[in-house]
Amino acid sequence: MEQKYEAVIGLEIHAELQTRSKMFCACPADYAHAESPNTHICPICTGQPGTLPVVNRAALEQGIQVALALHCTIPPLNIFARKNYYYPDLPKGYQISQYEMPLAVNGWVEVPVGKEGTLQRIRIRRVHLEEDTAKLFHQGDRSLIDFNRAGVPLLEIVSEPDMHSVDAVLAYAMHIRNVLRYLGVNSGDMQKGVLRFEANISVRPAGSQELRTRTEIKNLNSFRALTRATAYEIRRQIAIYESGGQVLQETLGWDEEHEVTLSQRSKEHAHDYRYFPEPDLPPLQIEAAWVEALRAALPELPEARRQRFIEAYGLPVAEARILTAEKSLADYFEAVLPQTQASPREVSSWMIGEFLRHLNERQIEVEAVPFPPQALAELLNLVAQRTITMATAKEVLREMFESGAMPQVIVEARGLAQIADEATLMPLIEQVLQENPQVVESYLNGKESVFQWLMGQVARATRGKADPQLTRQLLQSRLDALRRSRL
Amino acid sequence: MDLYSLTITQAHELLRQRKISSLELTQAVLERIREVDGQIGAYLTVTEGVALEQARQADERLRRGERVTPLTGIPFGVKDSIVTEGIRTTCGSRILEHYVPPYQATAVRRLLEAGAVLLGKHNLDEFSMGSSTENSAFFPTRNPWDLKRVPGGSSGGSAAAVAAGECFFALGGDTGGSIRLPAAFCNVVGLKPTYGRVSRYGLIALASSFDTIGPLTRTVEDAALVLQVIAGQDAHDATSLAQPVPDYAAQLQRPVKGLRLGLPREYFVPGMEAGVEAALQEAIRQFERLGMEIREVSLPHTPYALAVYYLILFAEASANLARFDGVRFGSAAQQAQTIPELYLETRGKGFGAEVKRRIMLGAYTLSAGYYDAYYLKAQRVRTLLRQDFERAFEVCDVLLTPVSPGVAFRLGEKTADPLAMYLSDVYLVATNPAGVPALALPCGFSEGLPVGMQLIARHGEEALLFQVGHAYQQVTEWHKMRPALGR
Ligand SMILES: [Zn+2]
Repeated sequence: MEQKYEAVIGLEIHAELQTRSKMFCACPADYAHAESPNTHICPICTGQPGTLPVVNRAALEQGIQVALALHCTIPPLNIFARKNYYYPDLPKGYQISQYEMPLAVNGWVEVPVGKEGTLQRIRIRRVHLEEDTAKLFHQGDRSLIDFNRAGVPLLEIVSEPDMHSVDAVLAYAMHIRNVLRYLGVNSGDMQKGVLRFEANISVRPAGSQELRTRTEIKNLNSFRALTRATAYEIRRQIAIYESGGQVLQETLGWDEEHEVTLSQRSKEHAHDYRYFPEPDLPPLQIEAAWVEALRAALPELPEARRQRFIEAYGLPVAEARILTAEKSLADYFEAVLPQTQASPREVSSWMIGEFLRHLNERQIEVEAVPFPPQALAELLNLVAQRTITMATAKEVLREMFESGAMPQVIVEARGLAQIADEATLMPLIEQVLQENPQVVESYLNGKESVFQWLMGQVARATRGKADPQLTRQLLQSRLDALRRSRL
Repeated sequence: MDLYSLTITQAHELLRQRKISSLELTQAVLERIREVDGQIGAYLTVTEGVALEQARQADERLRRGERVTPLTGIPFGVKDSIVTEGIRTTCGSRILEHYVPPYQATAVRRLLEAGAVLLGKHNLDEFSMGSSTENSAFFPTRNPWDLKRVPGGSSGGSAAAVAAGECFFALGGDTGGSIRLPAAFCNVVGLKPTYGRVSRYGLIALASSFDTIGPLTRTVEDAALVLQVIAGQDAHDATSLAQPVPDYAAQLQRPVKGLRLGLPREYFVPGMEAGVEAALQEAIRQFERLGMEIREVSLPHTPYALAVYYLILFAEASANLARFDGVRFGSAAQQAQTIPELYLETRGKGFGAEVKRRIMLGAYTLSAGYYDAYYLKAQRVRTLLRQDFERAFEVCDVLLTPVSPGVAFRLGEKTADPLAMYLSDVYLVATNPAGVPALALPCGFSEGLPVGMQLIARHGEEALLFQVGHAYQQVTEWHKMRPALGR
């Protein structure tokens, strides 16, 4: 059924900026670490009569850097506007935002969509700055307001309706989050609400270019909510068209528990925000030289880093893409490299294999890994020096994730060092041969495939510590000797 | 002469020579307030304790000769639309009847740092909306020259207090004549500075792009002394001007001979009261005698000034007054069960009729479908008004106009007709959209009531206004006339 239709999706992403002070006053912007509610507040961010906003230059700089990373144009004039509506979390009865002359326009990104990772270009319509609202808490029949968040800088990134699948939406959202993290302007910590999504969705017959009535889903605060709500809404709209109905233009909420979208208000009840230019803030002249200085100061972005990983370290495209998709993962990788004898490709396959598997199993971020890059480098060194086997290394890594201990400490404490001396190995090999005379017999009769089985027996006898290379060599020479003695 | 009716210059001379103390001066004025304010109603709050303490500190400064300014030890009052830290600030409204601001307005802070002595807060039209001070939610202020007449507005309390000897100077607010009309009606000097010359931080906003803070004084020289202290850029006000503040006193004595005085023909039209017209004609002859060149000029867009002024004012005011929602400060509905109930009750009961009228008109002109026709068009015509002044100042240095077509009107005379009230400011409103400075000063009497004239100069040229106004006051006596109050 779904092939008959094509979804048309645009995304608005609200990202809090990690500036020291708030958007329009000197209060600390880091409300997450406030000791208690209403401590990071002042007359300005609580909207006391007579107060005035003053633009935080750092927020402007961060906003411009994000816009540049998204290939936007920065117009020379930047105008703030008042967005008027009443709600107890909005101290002034209007939000200072931007309307007609936003910070940036006309950008684009290219994101790998789906399992094949086909690159798709998604255009950015605009990027603008605004202030966050306070936080409401409901306690029984009372509501409490914490103004610590009021006035925290928010960047709104609005895409064109260029996405046509849930996969594309997810890829785009993750890419934007990654860019923000690369720039160090947003922690990307979804649980703390530093990133919030709004999706505009319509569906049309496949192949058609018409734009049909769209709905808007507000307040999606996780990738899971974003993808589930989008998928649900596409299905809902298709079902309406299939039954001959019409989709209503409305604002929807996402019911996390029941996994359905619910109508919040229809077009007739749509807000009229009565935007007009903010008279308290003169239009800001954005000088080209300033923009160029900010462009020059941009750190390496995901695409560039991916390319460098391919060229400088000889990594396959797919591996480079996985490693650079998260700034922290790429940072970890590059921190391991100079401290290990292992090659970049070996490090890469370890990180994408074992390392990421542990992260996924444990549902943790790179930042929460309990040991430093140096520890992983050491582990790989132990393998390279043949102090431990590959199998032992995997075991040690598991223990490192559990205890955070350094690999050498684990190896010594548990006696995991590889057995690589003839004097220790030879008696063990002898024992294995004596205990399995039939197997030895069949080998000598020409069934050489049992060699591997005998290797396994030695490994088992040493609990995986036997140096495979030496074991192979000794076993072979012993069996050769036996064969010679038969002749 | 009574101590309370001295000019700042005279009082400063006596203080400096230690012939009187600030405490004596302050006590004399407090005594005068007790004597006459029952009839006038200029004060909403008298801060006797604060004033006496500040007077003692000023005397200490004078005794040590440390940091003595022309305002050290001089008692003043502040329009109650300007916040005073720790001192109730009502803005003439029930909704702020018990509001005690947690911060200090920049202009007030600068005066207190200069050693001036704060006597209290002056009555005004609610949220500065009015031209008679009859819109005060508490009581009307009466004109000291005739208690049956209004003092003008909205800074009516301030003008009446200066005229009646209840302070040496006052800080008023002027959005479209609110300093100049009461100055003229009460026979005092009132300056609306260039937009941005004095920080608006702490001025409870009416129309943010028009609002100014300025002095009301007994002489032009005194106005120059006060502006000297309160003018200058403020980090808290992004619209405050960066240009350095000139030494106003140093330029006062410059001769005016050869300066060109422009008479805008659109301001000298039928409808002016005969006595007012006669006083103005005499003032023009006086300037001629001082050697100024008289020229007729044109401000062709004057007929649109009132419409432009009110359209933009309504729009900005409707947003500025949104913060009075009963959530964080001010009076709030106690019985409200829902958020809409809280808003409706708080604002319904807290605001007076004129305030509600303007909020509704403002919301209307900004709403979808009307924005272009009203707000946007008004902003375009505003540009034309500004250009009118720029062109006029190509052929003259200072403009002279009436302040008002008539003298102070009777209480109740215009309250039933908002449009008639709006027309009181017809000669005053154009300067605010244009941003240019304007000075109102006494120029005669009509049937026993004061008549004022208005001088207008280019952006930033307050010094020129002072120079011309001071020259006039050196050869005339009108400003020395005092009402025969309490005698
Ligand atoms: Zn703040």
